[in-house]
Amino acid sequence: MIRLSIQARQALARLTLPVLIVVSFGVMLLGKADTLLADRARTALADGLVPIYTALAAPLGRIHAAITETATLWDMRAENDRLRAENDTLRRWQSVALALDAENQRLKASLRWIPDPQASFVTARVVADAGGVYAKAVLLSTGPNSGIHKGEIAVDERGLVGRITEVGARTARVLLITDLNSRIPVTLETSRAHAILVGTNGNRPRLQYWPEGVTPQEGERVVTSAEANAFPANLPIGTVHYTSSGTAEVEPAAMLQKLEVVRIFDYGLNGVVAPEPPVTEPPVAEPPMQGRH
Amino acid sequence: MAHIDRRPGIRPRPSFGRRLDIAARACFPGCITILLMLLTQAPLGLPGQAASLPAVALGCVWFWSLFRPAALPPPIVFLIGLLMDLLGYLPLGVGAFTLLAVHGVALAMRRSLSRRGGGWIWIVFAGVAAAASLSIWLMVMLLTFRLLSPYPAIFIAVLAAAIFPLLAVPFASAHRSIANPERA
Repeated sequence: MIRLSIQARQALARLTLPVLIVVSFGVMLLGKADTLLADRARTALADGLVPIYTALAAPLGRIHAAITETATLWDMRAENDRLRAENDTLRRWQSVALALDAENQRLKASLRWIPDPQASFVTARVVADAGGVYAKAVLLSTGPNSGIHKGEIAVDERGLVGRITEVGARTARVLLITDLNSRIPVTLETSRAHAILVGTNGNRPRLQYWPEGVTPQEGERVVTSAEANAFPANLPIGTVHYTSSGTAEVEPAAMLQKLEVVRIFDYGLNGVVAPEPPVTEPPVAEPPMQGRH
Repeated sequence: MAHIDRRPGIRPRPSFGRRLDIAARACFPGCITILLMLLTQAPLGLPGQAASLPAVALGCVWFWSLFRPAALPPPIVFLIGLLMDLLGYLPLGVGAFTLLAVHGVALAMRRSLSRRGGGWIWIVFAGVAAAASLSIWLMVMLLTFRLLSPYPAIFIAVLAAAIFPLLAVPFASAHRSIANPERA
């Protein structure tokens, strides 16, 4: 080891901070020039951390369940009455839906309708937030060979959640529909008018670019549109809601604040996914799809 | 170890166990910071949890830069900053720069703040955290070419100031006990 004089060592120590500040500016430029580098580093880090978060999820989930249980015990009677009323309404709706479905099948049969291909899906657990402060995304624990690809569509039990943007060895990142970079072609259900759903990082994405002569109605259902070949048609997204300042927003049907489990659908669409960069490794045989239903 | 050389007198070369002990004590500030940052990413399901990562990182770097800068040298601060960028999905380098700046401010104010009480350290930290979250906000906007809502930045600053005592009280006792190389 080189022995430096005390003065030299002190001067070096004093220089480290400014030099590192300059280096951090360099890292900013590097991250700007090569965005894939940051994405790969993040995915690798997430892959390493996800077993810890998965292990933590079980005890944390039990604590959450205990807290919610004590909370629900308080207002069980009121909740029960509300659910009974809701159940009656839903029963009526169910009979309407069944009748409409049967009619729909009959009409499709008489029209010789080409049936939509059945989409395959996998179900994955949400293990962590993957957006930080200035983005809205979640991290899924997928396990190896999950067969999840970039651009596939994440849905929870109520509606559209978002789209897969990065896939690691055992994780996948879902960009939520509320993210600032999210743009989704949608259809307003009653008027069948097309519009774009623009994320704002807030809880409700904004509705933009609907055609002239059509106004989105308060409470109107908004579904995905098959335009741009990025989404299948008619996935439920949410309902139109106007803010006090008159901006049309969409209240998402999916519970984006507390996502636990999402289904990832592969509709075989690749409308807006950028092509993957060429891989230098020799091509390997596609692993058998596991866990597909 | 510089702090041992400063004391006069001849003493035997420290044994392996003792050197390990000294090293572990010197590692404590960096390790606890990284551990707490990873913990903020755990699936706790708290609202606004994403803001706790920069808040915790700022608090930890401020405390240890003031009280034990030898154990938290700039390269470690740089690495903690990069970890914050990766975990918090910030553009690379933003967290590194901000934490290095906080470290620099702490080093510059060390002497004047050591004469005052913990309350002053907290008040000055509130100002530093506000400036840091403002600079993160501005740099993210600059690097992504987008206008962003300032509310997350305000929330980070408030959260950082609010949780600082929760970090500082256990850290202060660790600073005197397990993180103290003199006790090795």
